[in-house]
Amino acid sequence: MDILNNILAGQVPMELYLGVSLIMFFAGVYGFLSRKSMLMILISIELMLNAADINFVVFNRYLFPGHLEGFYFTLFTIAIAACETAVAIAIIINIYRNLTSVEVGNLDQMKE
Amino acid sequence: MQYTLLILVLPLLSFIVLGLVDTKWSPKVAGTIGTIVLGIITALSYFTAWEYFTMHQVAGVYEKVIPLNIEWLRFTEFLHIDLGILLDPISVMMLVVITTISFMVNIYSLGYMANEKGFERYYAFLSLFTFSMLGLVIATNIFQMYIFWELVGVSSYLLIGFYYTKPSAVAASKKAFIVTRFADLFFLVGILILSFYTKTFDFGILTAEHTTVFAGSAGATFMGFGVISWAMAGIFIGGAGKSAMFPLQIWLPDAMEGPTPVSALIHAATMVVAGVFLVARFFPVYYFQTPEVLHGVAYIGAFTALFAAVIACVQTDIKRVLAFSTISQIAFMMVALGVSGYEGQEGTGYMASMFHLFTHAMFKALLFLGAGSVIHAVHSNEIKDMGGLRKYMPITNWTFLIACLAIAGIPPFSGFFSKDEILSASYEFSPYIGGLMTFVAALTAFYMFRLYFSIFWGKDYTIKASAHGHDDHGHGHTPHESPFAMSFPLIFLATVTVLIGIIHLIPGIPHFGELISSTGADYHIQIDPTVAIMSVVIAGIAILVATLMYRKPTATPDKLAKTFSGLYKGASNRFYLDEVYLFITKKIVFNSISKPLAWFDRHVIDATMDGFANTTQWVSVKIKGFQSGQVQQYAYVFLLGTLIITLLVLFI
Amino acid sequence: MAQQIIFFVLAAIVVIFSILAVTSKQIIRSATYLLFVLLATAGFYLLLGYTYLFAVQIAVYAGGVMVLFIFAILLTNRPGESLKTELPVRRIAAGVTAIAGLAFCAHIIYYNVKKVSDLVAQADITPQQLGHTMMGTDKYQYLLPFETISILLLACIVGAIMIARKR
Repeated sequence: MDILNNILAGQVPMELYLGVSLIMFFAGVYGFLSRKSMLMILISIELMLNAADINFVVFNRYLFPGHLEGFYFTLFTIAIAACETAVAIAIIINIYRNLTSVEVGNLDQMKE
Repeated sequence: MQYTLLILVLPLLSFIVLGLVDTKWSPKVAGTIGTIVLGIITALSYFTAWEYFTMHQVAGVYEKVIPLNIEWLRFTEFLHIDLGILLDPISVMMLVVITTISFMVNIYSLGYMANEKGFERYYAFLSLFTFSMLGLVIATNIFQMYIFWELVGVSSYLLIGFYYTKPSAVAASKKAFIVTRFADLFFLVGILILSFYTKTFDFGILTAEHTTVFAGSAGATFMGFGVISWAMAGIFIGGAGKSAMFPLQIWLPDAMEGPTPVSALIHAATMVVAGVFLVARFFPVYYFQTPEVLHGVAYIGAFTALFAAVIACVQTDIKRVLAFSTISQIAFMMVALGVSGYEGQEGTGYMASMFHLFTHAMFKALLFLGAGSVIHAVHSNEIKDMGGLRKYMPITNWTFLIACLAIAGIPPFSGFFSKDEILSASYEFSPYIGGLMTFVAALTAFYMFRLYFSIFWGKDYTIKASAHGHDDHGHGHTPHESPFAMSFPLIFLATVTVLIGIIHLIPGIPHFGELISSTGADYHIQIDPTVAIMSVVIAGIAILVATLMYRKPTATPDKLAKTFSGLYKGASNRFYLDEVYLFITKKIVFNSISKPLAWFDRHVIDATMDGFANTTQWVSVKIKGFQSGQVQQYAYVFLLGTLIITLLVLFI
Repeated sequence: MAQQIIFFVLAAIVVIFSILAVTSKQIIRSATYLLFVLLATAGFYLLLGYTYLFAVQIAVYAGGVMVLFIFAILLTNRPGESLKTELPVRRIAAGVTAIAGLAFCAHIIYYNVKKVSDLVAQADITPQQLGHTMMGTDKYQYLLPFETISILLLACIVGAIMIARKR
């Protein structure tokens, strides 16, 4: 197959990078939907964000060599993710102070 | 003649005013308003009659005059319900009758119903009834008559059930309404069939001299009889219900639960003659299109007359005797219509029926009002509580006697002339009917004089009262004559009864026949000597028998009762017809029709509605979980949706 | 050749540790595995030639965010508490959804990406170049987002302090 030939010839094809980020992303999805602790959900969110970052960088490198759009997008995404994580953890600590638990099943007031 | 509209509108206004004001004004005001309004329209109807009968003759025939006719509902190009006023000889006569009697009853009630709770309501209903009855008689088309027919039924229901706290009164009013309503079902079916085939409701077109509207239905038959026969038979059944013909007469004796003036107005003089009026109105249709139905009318009438007369002979309640007497006399009128021809001499029956209607209204109202006077004095309806009252109540005594003589058919009172014409018409039609009606006339004389003697002669009242010793009202007191408000109508009606009779002996004054006949042309009353003498003689014999049996208390009545005990018991219980009706309704109709329908309604229809509600609730409980407040669930659904939509967009 | 070996090693680290991170029963372990994943991601960036991004990733993520996570875990953890596991239904549903999505996206990648992709050698990105691009106001230059992000950072700092301060 072409991919194998390419691999042995020294090039890493783009699809492999995309596959890796895909697995990382859906691992994050699985963690988001199935874990109980809020911190686990945050970890899954980090996984998803990083997978998307890898995608941007890969597309930038393979399809637009010489340009920097994907690079900068990733940069800013990292910054935003950091902010968001900080605020989320502050909220979680506040919830922990009130409910003594960080289970996500306790937060169902939105239904009313 | 547009002012005739006032005759209709004023009682309606009176009803509305009295009904809305009710107890806010003093009872005297209500009574005064009601009576004055009635007085005005009585004067108006006399004026209408005078103007009509002196001015509207065309070639010797009284024409129909229509002062007002507005179209109300239009169904098709030909079929529309109008509201209008039709004046022709019988309707003008009925105007006079209704307003006079209603006026008398209003005056009488000032005395009779004084201090009664609900006085204002009573006068309001009286006005409503007067309005309905007037509307019925001046209707220009059959549907308008039907509307007012139903209104009259409602007014009767309201008035019979006036003492609504008495269960017997409530039951009686329900019975009256239901029986007449049941008959009105057939009436409506008849109207619909008739109007379907003739494409019109209008009386003028239906009863015109050489009408063509029946040509279209000439061939149509249904089960052997022509469709028009079915229609007219249905219409007659409606009339039979209102006029208490057999077998629909069961409501009238029970309707005596209402106050006595109500019985006088409604169940003696006006509402119960609505059926007779209906047949008279349709008389050309009956005579030319469906003569077999007309003969059926005669037979039913004859049987009813006999039936009611037999029962009346053994009743002990004054008002019941008078009620059965009413049934019997109305049957006379029906028979007269049934045996009647059309033109000239053959039209005796028609004229006699209308004449008897007029005179009967007067003396029957007089009898009821007199009975009311007696009841007011004695506080009881039963004959056994009365006796020898002639000493205490002279006015009532004499007026009652005059009325009894009139109803028995003794000259020169009015009853003689009208009854005589009926008998001669029946003899012309068939000697059997004639003989039967003569026998009934004899029975009439007998039971009326039985009543008269039992009340005003016989054992003295005070002796009876002290023999009883007590009573709820504590009267061992002497009965007194009624107040002027109650005596005046008695005197007035007695005068009318005497006058109408005497008028026919005086030449020069127009006789009844010249005013009212089936074609509108003149009709001279000829007194057939054979029939006249025979009827007087038979009546005289009957009166003699009654005198011998009842003038002084004797043992003859009881001996006769024992001898004919079966017949006596049957007649006392009105020949068990009420029980038959109860049986049919309770056991048959309720059980086999009403109960299954009720079950169906409750378990199927309600269950369906409840089912809708229950299913909705069940579904809502099940999908309640969608809004759980769980973020992860929301995210899951979100993701799933995204996947599915992407799949759909990319691959379909 | 070296590139491929490094790539496969890093890819293995990412895949294995990310799956372990979301299925581990203990949070500290998940956090540690996440740290490894982040480090491997940084390695990817370096492999592709973006050295600055590599540095930023390590400094911000591995250094800042992970420390924050560890703090938060230790603050909200009650050691010795019996772990409650999720309902199997939930795990299966989530797993099925994830695998469905995975299959779908893999299918798309497989069919829609060029079979042969060339890695064009690019020149190293110099800091001056980065600086000009970051601070410029022309079409492809990012001064505005830069300032916006700084305001966002300010807001987040203030917000986090306000939310989590002691009452």
